[in-house]
Amino acid sequence: MSDLTRMTAAELAGTIAKGDASAEEVTRAHLDRIAAVDGKVHAFLHVDADGAINAARKVDAKRAAGDELGPLAGVPVAVKDVLTTRGVPTTAGSKILEGWRPPYDSTVVERLRDAGTVILGKTNMDEFAMGSSTEYSAYGPTNNPWDLGRIPGGSGGGSAAAIAAYEAPLAIGTDTGGSIRQPGAVTGTVGSKPTYGGTSRYGLIAFSSSLDTPGPCARTVLDAALLHEVMAGHDWRDSTSIPQAVPPVVEAARLGMTGDLTGVKLGVVTEFNGEGAEPGVLAAFHDALAALTKLGAEVVEVSAPHFQYALPAYYLIAPSECSSNLARFDGVRFGLRVGDDGNRSLEEVMSLTREAGFGPEVKRRIMLGTYALSSGYYDAYYGQAQKVRTLITQDFNAAFEQVDVLVSPTTPFVAFPFGSRTSDPYQMYLADLFTIPTNLYGGPGISVPCGLSEGLPVGFQIMAPTMADDRMYRVAAALESAVGTLTPPSLEG
Amino acid sequence: MAAISRDEVAHLARLSRLAVTEQELDTFAGQLDVILQAVARVGEVAAADIPPTSHSVPLTNVLREDVVINCLTREEALAGAPDVEDDRFRVPRILDEEA
Repeated sequence: MSDLTRMTAAELAGTIAKGDASAEEVTRAHLDRIAAVDGKVHAFLHVDADGAINAARKVDAKRAAGDELGPLAGVPVAVKDVLTTRGVPTTAGSKILEGWRPPYDSTVVERLRDAGTVILGKTNMDEFAMGSSTEYSAYGPTNNPWDLGRIPGGSGGGSAAAIAAYEAPLAIGTDTGGSIRQPGAVTGTVGSKPTYGGTSRYGLIAFSSSLDTPGPCARTVLDAALLHEVMAGHDWRDSTSIPQAVPPVVEAARLGMTGDLTGVKLGVVTEFNGEGAEPGVLAAFHDALAALTKLGAEVVEVSAPHFQYALPAYYLIAPSECSSNLARFDGVRFGLRVGDDGNRSLEEVMSLTREAGFGPEVKRRIMLGTYALSSGYYDAYYGQAQKVRTLITQDFNAAFEQVDVLVSPTTPFVAFPFGSRTSDPYQMYLADLFTIPTNLYGGPGISVPCGLSEGLPVGFQIMAPTMADDRMYRVAAALESAVGTLTPPSLEG
Repeated sequence: MAAISRDEVAHLARLSRLAVTEQELDTFAGQLDVILQAVARVGEVAAADIPPTSHSVPLTNVLREDVVINCLTREEALAGAPDVEDDRFRVPRILDEEA
């Protein structure tokens, strides 16, 4: 039954609906795969085998009773460990939450359960979603299935690696500056960041509240769209959730799969051209552009003069919000408490707890944000970054008057070896050079595999206007139909 | 010139409630200096008349229906706490008793 792990989510759903395999068989095949390869990959922080089998049996019982099944019923999914799962350990990759079992489900997880998907477990990530390599996970890094000595991207490297290694057909990620798309790019998988507010943040452990966006990870564009439709939509528990219908992403993916992009205008951002990207990444990107042109798309160059300030603005805005959000980890209501000897004050215990519970990148960002928000520096740093955010949004709006979508490489470089960017944190930040503008604007972005450079996957990014997520799925599916999907080397033996 | 001194980083650590070690202070001071010099580039942009964006979704006063709904029980709310006493979160002393 191992071929069940090679099937797409769409195929698995069909197989289960027809009765060719039960949801339990599908689930067991993936749990077996996890048992066989996760020792090498380390995509999972927690595998909930019992919960998964129970969820699968419920789907099988529903089918036996003749009830209608949803489009992903019985399909396994892995969830990034930053989304709360009731009674199932949730750490956000941090020691400060080790052993915590949330008393509630996040909205995304609740919708996954309602749809009959089977949650296999929680995936590894950079601590509190801060990083581009999983090297900042307190529980050790995830290894890229393409080359176990290289990073799987981050922060959602566990989710991307789990699907690349056939441990799950689908996974959930969260994207604040590229944490779904960059791991997708370097693992040869599809990673989609929906419009901010299109997916609920309720139960998503907050890093940067004005940017954090949950989204789907999959091996095909159609699978990502199917998962997108299940997880998205308005949620009254999230005050920034957009009260509108989910864009028709599945329909758009199916349209794109026909391989016709006649009349679609793609914008290449002048300011992104060549800057900081590896030659092999640029070559694969230009090959993909040529392939899209053959499908009927028109390529136009557009200028976005403020994109060059996106990375600096992001590294003021996100740390500022992080320094405020992570104040909740005070050793009182949940998680770790260190140094409470009966004599020390609350403040001393709090400082010792946070020192012991947070890793280096989280500490850097808390201090950076504290600095940017402090009186005397607020206007020059945080205030100015918010103004730059306005200008970046204006650049996007002007560009989308000329073109339907913007395209770029997803990340400037292919998967890099472990340890090569940890000593200089700013070098790590550059991984998100091309993904960050979209987060500041709030629109959707997707990474889809477009080829190899030095034997490693390259991602092609498509960015669309807010709440026009369907546009990027159409172009992504068309590209996939032209260049195909990527298969990593075998992990067996 | 350095954008931030070691003493300033020590001050930030105190404000952030992080009991950092001397060695961490040395490391963070250098790293934060590199990062701050890079992000200071936002100052190059002429933006005096530009309104700030705090959020990409223009929603205001988002309230739910004023109806009673289920919430966590006391036991659920306390279940993850490091220390509990008399059905409440127990915290270390807040006031200095000798003062």
